[in-house]
Order: sequence, then structure tokens, then C-alpha cells
Amino acid sequence: MQNAAAIAVQGAPPAAPRAAGERWRLIWRNAFPFLVVGAIWEALAWSGVFPRQLFPRLEDVAQSFVRLTISGILPHHTIDTLIRLLSGFGLAAVVGIAIGVLMGRSRRAEDICLPLVSILAPIPGLAYTPLFLLWFGPGQFSAMLLVAFVSMFPVIYNSWTGVKAVKEIWLRSAQSMGADTARMFRHVILPGAMPYILTGLRLGLAQAWRILVAVEMLAAVPWGLGWLIFGAREFLDTGAMMAGVTVIAVIGLILEKYVFQKLEAYTVVRWGMLGSM
Amino acid sequence: MDEQRRRSIVRGALAIAGAAALYEGVSYSGLFAPVLLPNIQTVGRTLYGMLADGTMFEHAGATLFRVLLGFALATSVGVPLGILMVRFKPVENFFLPLVSALMPIPSFSLVPLFMLWFGIGNTTTVLVVLYGATFPILFNTWSGVRAVNPLWLRAAGSMGADERKLFWKVILPGALPFIITGMRQGFLRAWIAVVGAEMIAASDWGLGWVIFDAEQFLQADVMIASIVVIGLIGFVFERLVFGSIERATVQRWGMVRIAKG
Repeated sequence: MQNAAAIAVQGAPPAAPRAAGERWRLIWRNAFPFLVVGAIWEALAWSGVFPRQLFPRLEDVAQSFVRLTISGILPHHTIDTLIRLLSGFGLAAVVGIAIGVLMGRSRRAEDICLPLVSILAPIPGLAYTPLFLLWFGPGQFSAMLLVAFVSMFPVIYNSWTGVKAVKEIWLRSAQSMGADTARMFRHVILPGAMPYILTGLRLGLAQAWRILVAVEMLAAVPWGLGWLIFGAREFLDTGAMMAGVTVIAVIGLILEKYVFQKLEAYTVVRWGMLGSM
Repeated sequence: MDEQRRRSIVRGALAIAGAAALYEGVSYSGLFAPVLLPNIQTVGRTLYGMLADGTMFEHAGATLFRVLLGFALATSVGVPLGILMVRFKPVENFFLPLVSALMPIPSFSLVPLFMLWFGIGNTTTVLVVLYGATFPILFNTWSGVRAVNPLWLRAAGSMGADERKLFWKVILPGALPFIITGMRQGFLRAWIAVVGAEMIAASDWGLGWVIFDAEQFLQADVMIASIVVIGLIGFVFERLVFGSIERATVQRWGMVRIAKG
């Protein structure tokens, strides 16, 4: 178990290689698994075990990707999906933080909201989808509302926990130094709860992203990556489907790498709860 | 303290009663068509009817079968692979980039593709559940094994523990809180994934399918009844099963409470 111990002590693979050779080795190391998987895929596709319409070759996928990008269809789908994600999540962030902080600060608000939140939160957001579609009609508005509704709960829950986790002694010392309610909130409670709120936002955004694709398939929106994949199925256009999945993966990867991990670096890792990656 | 607690319960009950009364009021006001916004008695009667004739049990059974099978497969892939990734550096080098690239793909985006490949039915839904649940389990196992206190490893090593003992007595228990958290997150995702997959890859049975099917016939009461059942089952697993496992391990060992998803 020497190896595990060594990694645990290091906590992370060696960071930021200086020499150019090492840099190339790092790139090669990250690219290698994809090459292997790609080669297996190609081999299967060329072997003819599966029909080409169902199991497209990578060239077909690349071709659809280029075709859809040049004709502007893929960017349009992508932008619509992103707008929906941001508007829904923005709504969830504002409402969620407000409710969560209120619940953390006021005993009365907590008593009233907590039962309702704990009843609604464990139900998968997708289960509401057909109901929302009946009530608000198919389309843009339902999709945004659903994304907001689903991603709201982690935000509420973590804001609430965060405000409650602010150390009693900070509150008392701020109070004894004469802080009024507004200052106390602005300078003690909000910074103290911020790490939790950030975690809540991260979880909420991840949830919103996961739900959005499914909502787009069900909610009959005119544009959107989920709809692109779902619509392409009707025409057995697996190339377009794979192209859509690729864009979804890239956006997800960007969200993961540049948004979630940044947020996490600010919170969990900075406090030394978990070694950085 | 006791007085405070009693007041909390009363306020909570009042809040639920208030919300229910508000719903009933809107439902009776006739602002919305009763098909769209059925009153609580109707929903209750529908739920009772579906429970009495056994259809609800068949739907719930089909959904539970899919989710548990997918989740069991995900656990049996995620936990060993996560441990292997820490133990053997080449395994980590190979799988970590793949996992990082595949994890952010929402499992639903693969549903249409899986439908083409595997048709409509159990295979597709189980695979979607597997895809959704594997990554949190894998990732948490990997972080958990890495987070085992190196002091414990060295202490056990200096006391003469061999590899096998080190694994079973130190590494596995040390990583267990993370693994359990991963399984909990994985189940949560699996539960969401199964409902979504059932809606899209419609089969004949399943709670997700019932809701989607009821939309076609404007049966809002059936939809709400199924949502209640979905929520109840999710609640039972989330709070009672995983909650009590977590209380028996993570909380008892005084580890930091990990933010829930």
C-alpha cells in the first residue's frame, strides 16, 4: 500500500510542470485514454457489427458537427440552452439565498418554511415536469421555471445551514463591539455563511444543468441541445445526436472546471478539508 | 428548549395546513379548470384507488427494480474502480481524464441514443441509472481513499500490518464515510435519472411513465398521486436508509458533515 500512502501524503499529482518536455508528457497522458477509446469505437464502427446509422464512425460525427456549426444550427441551440440555464439558475439563486438566509436568521421563518422545503425537496424535479407543462403550457416559460424550481433547493438548504453555522462567538463579539443589525449581517453573517452559500450555488448549478437537458426533451421548446438530440432521434441522425452530446459534454466540462472547481477551491479546499486535485 | 420545540412543531403543522388550505381554496375558487388543479380529496381518492387495485404497487415495483439494479451495478463498478485508481497510478492516469470528461454529461442526454441502441424498456432505463449513479460513487471513493490520514497508514505499517490488513482495517474504514456519501449522492441521482428515463424511454410500467402518460389524458390527480409516491420513496431511502447509515458511521466518528446535493 506504499503507493496509496505516497499519494495521500502528496495530496496531489505534481503541479505545473516547468520543463516543456514534461508538459508534452502531461498532454499525452491526458490524451492517451481518449485515443484508446476512440480507436475502439472506430474499430467497432468499421467492423460492421452494428449498422452505420446506429453506430456512426467518428468521421460521420465530425462531419455532422462541422455541418451543423457552419450552418449556425448548433450555435443557436447552444445559446438557447445557455440562456435557459442562466435565467433559471439566476432566479433560483436569488430566491434560494433569500429564503435560506431568512430561515437561518428567523426562527419563525425556519419553522414555517422547513416542513414545506423538506416535503418538496426530495421529489425529483423531473417528476414535476408534466404537471408544470399542464399548468404553464409547453415552451420556454415552463422550462425556465422548472430549472429554477429544481436548483432552488440545494441553494436554500446550504444558505440555511451556512447562516446557522456562523460561530456564536463571532456574533457575540461583533455585538459587544456595537455592530447594529445591518452591519452584523453585512460584515459577520454573510461572510461567515458565504462558503456554504457558494457550495449551495455549485450544487444548484450542477443540478440545473442536469435537469435542463431532460426538460428540453419533454417541454417541446423550439431550440435547445436537449431538443436537438431528441429531434435527431426521429431521423436516425446519430451523427447529429453525438455532436449534440459532445457540445453538452464540453459545456459541462467548462462548468465543472472553471466554475464548480473554482468555487470549491474558494471553500472546501482552502480550509484544508480535502486536498486539491 | 422544550417549549421552543413544541412551538416549532405547531408552527410547522400550521404552515403545512396553511399551504394545503391555500391549495384547496384556489382549487375550489374555479379560477383554474378542476382537471388541471384537482382538490386534495380527489387526489387522495385516486391515490387510494391506485393502491387498492394494485396498479401503484406495480408501477412503484417496476421503478424500484430499475433503480436498485442500476444502483447496485453502479456501486459494483464505482467502488472497486475508485480504490484501484488510488492504488495503481497507471489506472488513475488512464481513467481520470475519461471520468472527468464523461461525468459532466447529464445522463438524460444519452437517453435518445440508448433508445436507438437498446430499444424501449428496462435495458435503457437501467443503463441510464447506471450512468448517472456511477460517477458520484467513483469520485467519492477515489477522494475518500486519498483522504485517509497518512499518519494512520504509517502507524499501522509500523505496527506490522501487511497489505491485506492495511486495506481492510485502515483504508476501507477510513474511506467509508466518503464512500457512503458517494452512494447517497449516487442514489439521489439514480432516483432522478430513473424518473426522467421512464418518461422519455416510455415503457409500460413505472412511476415516471405514469406521470407522463397521465399528462396525455389530462389526469392531474393521477400525476400528483404519483409525485407523492415518488417523493415518499425518495424520502424513505434518503432519510431512513442512507440517513441512518450515515448516522451510524460518519456522524458517529465525528467526521465533518459534507454538504448535501
